Amino acid sequence: METTAMGHAEVHDHGHGPTGLKRWLTTTNHKDIGSMYLWFSFAMFIVGGIMALLIRAELFEPGLQFLDPERYNQIVTLHGLIMVFGAIMPAFVGFANWMIPMQIGASDMAFGRLNNWSFWLLIPASLLLVTSLFVPGGAAGVGWTLYPPLSIQMGMGMDLAIFSVHILGISSILGSINIITTILNLRAPGMTMMKMPMFAWTWLITAFLIIAVMPVFAGAVTMLLTDRHFGTSFFSAAGGGDPVLFQHVFWFFGHPEVYIVILPGFGIISQVISAFSRKPLFGYASMVYATASIAVLSFFVWGHHMFTSGMPVTGQLFYMYATMLIAIPTGVKVFNWIATMWRGTLTFETPMLFALGFIFLFTMGGFSGLVLAMTAVDVQMHNTYYVVAHFHYTMVAGALFSAFAAVYYWLPKWTGHMYNEKLGKVHFWLTMAFFNMTFFVQHFLGLAGMPRRIPDYALQFADFNRISSIGAFGLGISQLLFLYIVVSCIKGGPKAAAKPWDGAEGLEWDVPSPAPYHTWEIQPQVK
Amino acid sequence: MTQPASYYYVPSPSYWPLVGALALLLLAAGAVLWVNGYSSGPLTVSAGFAVLIFMMAGWFRTVIRESEGGLYNKRVDTSFRWAMSWFIFSEVMFFAAFFGALFYARVLSIPDLASVDSQLLWPNFSAVWPNAGPGYKGTFSVMEAMGIPAINTLLLLSSGATLTWAHWGLMKGNRTHLALGLVLTIALGVIFISLQASEYSHAYSEMNLKLTTGIYGTTFFMLTGFHGLHVTIGVTMLTVMLFRVLAGHFKPDHHFAFEAVAWYWHFVDVVWLMLYVVVYWL
Repeated sequence: METTAMGHAEVHDHGHGPTGLKRWLTTTNHKDIGSMYLWFSFAMFIVGGIMALLIRAELFEPGLQFLDPERYNQIVTLHGLIMVFGAIMPAFVGFANWMIPMQIGASDMAFGRLNNWSFWLLIPASLLLVTSLFVPGGAAGVGWTLYPPLSIQMGMGMDLAIFSVHILGISSILGSINIITTILNLRAPGMTMMKMPMFAWTWLITAFLIIAVMPVFAGAVTMLLTDRHFGTSFFSAAGGGDPVLFQHVFWFFGHPEVYIVILPGFGIISQVISAFSRKPLFGYASMVYATASIAVLSFFVWGHHMFTSGMPVTGQLFYMYATMLIAIPTGVKVFNWIATMWRGTLTFETPMLFALGFIFLFTMGGFSGLVLAMTAVDVQMHNTYYVVAHFHYTMVAGALFSAFAAVYYWLPKWTGHMYNEKLGKVHFWLTMAFFNMTFFVQHFLGLAGMPRRIPDYALQFADFNRISSIGAFGLGISQLLFLYIVVSCIKGGPKAAAKPWDGAEGLEWDVPSPAPYHTWEIQPQVK
Repeated sequence: MTQPASYYYVPSPSYWPLVGALALLLLAAGAVLWVNGYSSGPLTVSAGFAVLIFMMAGWFRTVIRESEGGLYNKRVDTSFRWAMSWFIFSEVMFFAAFFGALFYARVLSIPDLASVDSQLLWPNFSAVWPNAGPGYKGTFSVMEAMGIPAINTLLLLSSGATLTWAHWGLMKGNRTHLALGLVLTIALGVIFISLQASEYSHAYSEMNLKLTTGIYGTTFFMLTGFHGLHVTIGVTMLTVMLFRVLAGHFKPDHHFAFEAVAWYWHFVDVVWLMLYVVVYWL
């Protein structure tokens, strides 16, 4: 195996190495691996999206139409796990792979083979998750939070979910070690930490969060596994344990996790806003410190997910105030983005539209987060559709919009072609309109008391649910347009300049478009 | 190699990552089948282990050849140092979850179960530690801190010293000194594992202390068990280092694999000290 690879290398010294399927199976190239991550993420986005549409089809009207309650719960669970671990996180790792070496002037990631392993581990993990739908008893039907005692009672679908989480954890920890090492050790001469693009900075902090909390999640699901099959008593009161212990361990992971899925998005938005305002990012240093503060604070707020699980008032007050504190660094970021645009020369290409949509909608998601942070209010809202609306404003309008912004922003660099700007704008406006149609009304549903994770509902919720479902199908179908735009951009289109956005800054624009297979084989000198 | 960048080594295409993914698929699927009573489980897990060992042997062999072939410069060495540090940090956080469970049980759940709120359900339950919970019927003995655990503490602490002594030998270029230090360290590790195993069997056969003995048994066996697993991994890695030393690998200024294993061993050592204090002693 090695000799063939080496023999190959001698023939194409500066070339692409193996071709065809073998290229993708064995690659150590950050661009190849980045592309695989992005396509995997899109595939999972479709799978998780179909599950979302099944949920919305069921909720189109009261009563049970398509899914029995067990199946419904399974679909809800897998939708959550797949979107968080299969779609959003791999999308950002894909951007990191493609862009971070180019942005910091490195020839590749620090560990090429490990990088490929991080990617290929996603395949068994997602296979385990998806096949769990077809095993006796079906998939885990406990919600992505996997709370016991319900998760102790599930069938073997739960075990598949547990081991899937283990493998996903290994994948993301290895990927993060790679990213941190690349950023810390492979920067070009002169590329000091405080000169790094915001995307690299936010990923550095995100990778730290992943390494800190994914092992804790692995520990939590290991405890579930031994409680299920080996008679331990972590979550059994009769044995002196406590089901609430799981919630603590889970959310110690879970809260940093929600920042893991948004911080790289913050980095993307910072760069896109600056590029299309044709101004340097306002308050660069404060952006770095704000990101770090958000990361640090994220370790001290997990209790706000558990206000109704039974907690002393002092605990509730602590978690409430600590959570509200996060609004300060987040506010710093939002104001910095706005100040970046202030008196800038703004144009509104698709990446900028998604960035603006992000700022507006993510801020709304932040505000509903503040509402939920208030203990007295949260006791009413807990487990209602208000929570569902809140986190979809941060996960879809936040993480997903920033991913769209990134794709449109960097597509010319990846493919060497410009995408169809008109269709891109249509994609944005369709997504924007249908997103709000789907999720804005869910605030009202939640305030009116509709619980989440239930396939049926009382009659008074019917109208808003119908609006939400129609919006969801519109949102889903609009993404086919996105696929069309990306594929046609890969296939052809106007030639892209090395720097297609005149306000863009960063080393990635100093290499030709499309970026050659190997970039920065001689490190640039950054002044 | 395909990558001509002179300041950093980028490996050529490799099948090992794919083999590694297959190994974990077999391990995970096999484990699921096994714990659910399917007869194909153990076989699938064994196949997964075999593929995993094949992958690790092949992958590490490639890395060792590249390293001994002089392909890794100072910068690659720095990358390995960062990576190993962050990997150990991830291990620290894994153990933290289980230590957290122990603290939670002792500080929160046991006192809660003995509080007024639970009096109706479990009227005679009192919050003492060690405790197997209000539903536990039967008696068990408590693992004492003196005796084997104290000896084990001494063994692991000494093994840290012998390993550092071996490292001195490596840096001075004294190979016999180096090999002797490694052999001593491995021996101490193996004695530790055997004492731990005999302690476990004593707990199961004489003390009625089992994994199923409520939260005390749970936390005791899970924490010490995961630690024991890490000691076993550490001993395995030390053994690989010994074979590499005997094969003439490592130079006084180029031996990060050895240092990485030493870091790992000291980490396992520190975890034991924590365990000894909060699991056995307090």
